[in-house]
Amino acid sequence: MASAHPDRLTRSGPRTLPPLALAGGAALGILFVTLPLVGLVLRAPWRSTLTVLGSPEALDAIRLSLLCSLSATALGLLLGVPLAWVQARVSYPGRSLVRALTTLPMVLPPVVGGVALLFAFGRAGLLGGALFDAFGIQLPFSTAGVIMAETFVSMPFLVLTVEAGFRGVNPRLEEAARTLGAGQWRVFRTITLPLAAPSVFAGAVLCWSRALGEFGATITFAGNLPGQTQTLPLAVYVLLETRPEAAVLLSIVMVVVSVAVLVGLRDRYLRIG
Amino acid sequence: MVACGATASGGPASSGSSGEASGQVTVFAASSLSAAFDDLGGAFHTRYPNASAQFSFAGSQVLAAQITQVAPADVFASADKTNMDKVVAAGYSDGQPKGFASNKLAIVVPAGNPRAISSLADLARPGLVVVLCTPAAPCGAYAQQALTRAGVQVNPRSQEQDVKGVVTKVSLKEADAGIAYVSDVMAGGPSVTGVDIPDTQNVVAHYPIVRVKSGLNRAAPQAFIDFVLSPEGQAILARHGFGAP
Repeated sequence: MASAHPDRLTRSGPRTLPPLALAGGAALGILFVTLPLVGLVLRAPWRSTLTVLGSPEALDAIRLSLLCSLSATALGLLLGVPLAWVQARVSYPGRSLVRALTTLPMVLPPVVGGVALLFAFGRAGLLGGALFDAFGIQLPFSTAGVIMAETFVSMPFLVLTVEAGFRGVNPRLEEAARTLGAGQWRVFRTITLPLAAPSVFAGAVLCWSRALGEFGATITFAGNLPGQTQTLPLAVYVLLETRPEAAVLLSIVMVVVSVAVLVGLRDRYLRIG
Repeated sequence: MVACGATASGGPASSGSSGEASGQVTVFAASSLSAAFDDLGGAFHTRYPNASAQFSFAGSQVLAAQITQVAPADVFASADKTNMDKVVAAGYSDGQPKGFASNKLAIVVPAGNPRAISSLADLARPGLVVVLCTPAAPCGAYAQQALTRAGVQVNPRSQEQDVKGVVTKVSLKEADAGIAYVSDVMAGGPSVTGVDIPDTQNVVAHYPIVRVKSGLNRAAPQAFIDFVLSPEGQAILARHGFGAP
């Protein structure tokens, strides 16, 4: 608390009033973001919380959301950490092109991602056709399809975060390890990865929270079936038309989860300055 | 935003009882109407050069929910009575809904019918990927009625939000079959084929239309509804596979 941080000075600063334009803009900004949340909380039928959240439909959606988002994070780590390392430590022609391509899903409308996934992994798709002919595997309309859609959309968050983490590791430490006889793989395991661990953690949490909220790519690629592919966001969307009060309560579940993620990350990732 | 045209300019001499219809009409219409209403909108604008219609197409249940959350619609065209009743009961309708079209169900399969589907009973075949509309959407409720009449139990692989979702999944060959409207099979183009459902099992969908209590401009929305009910509007609907109300 009382530590003499270098930014301590700027924080307490001279006590003058902020310019009206900035203070007004800031106040509007705060209202703009918080008002919808307030609306959600005011509309929630709190008395029926237990019956709604305990209904098989809601429990299915919550279970499916947890299963798929955690699997997508695991898959994202498995593919994203090596990709981030290559991007951070190997210099090769076309590296920026690869970076642009692998971060594209962050910017792409998720529905477009879903359609693209259909053309690649659908039954009539590039790879999906062969998969179906050889093994009878159909990814669309399956829980595996949900995991793929979520991974596609959320992995870039992990890759970018982890790549920045790897870049932040002092190369001299890796060099020192190598001069002491360690192979590249060992250097990665014992030096690079542990030093970048906070970034890997932050990247994984960001990836997970994005996967949890995924909607567009999921409904396009994996369809909507309770218990199979209907995750929380899909359930909220569908319930909004039939049982709005249930949709509101499920939305609040998602808000609570998001707040928990932000609070959990505030020291590791969301530090300003 | 509703841009009011110059109402003082007299308009075309041909304009009938709907008089000075001008401005933009926002029409919330069931997904299955999209091709027909796009055409209708063009003809409406030709008939009333100072007015034009813009459309928001989605499942009728989605639109009904939006209207009861006070979405800026001037006209609501539903694919069933259930969702129209929701809007009327909530007090958002202005006047009595009128039937303007009917439709029937058909089984929709990829072009050429590769799985040789000939009846609703075939949809229960194990290993067949069938997609239906969600039960809250008119097409889902109608499909369920037809399946019940045929005594068939189907486990769909997905419950789509509107009928276009069903047709898309079939035309992309991700689904082996779905249940849609006869008009969707026509609108689906060469990538899909329709399989008739006999009248004894089929369900007739009745489409009602109503003015939504919204804004200042009542003439143009009424003109649009009158145009839909006029011989010219009915002919356009018939061309897209719809039946008489």
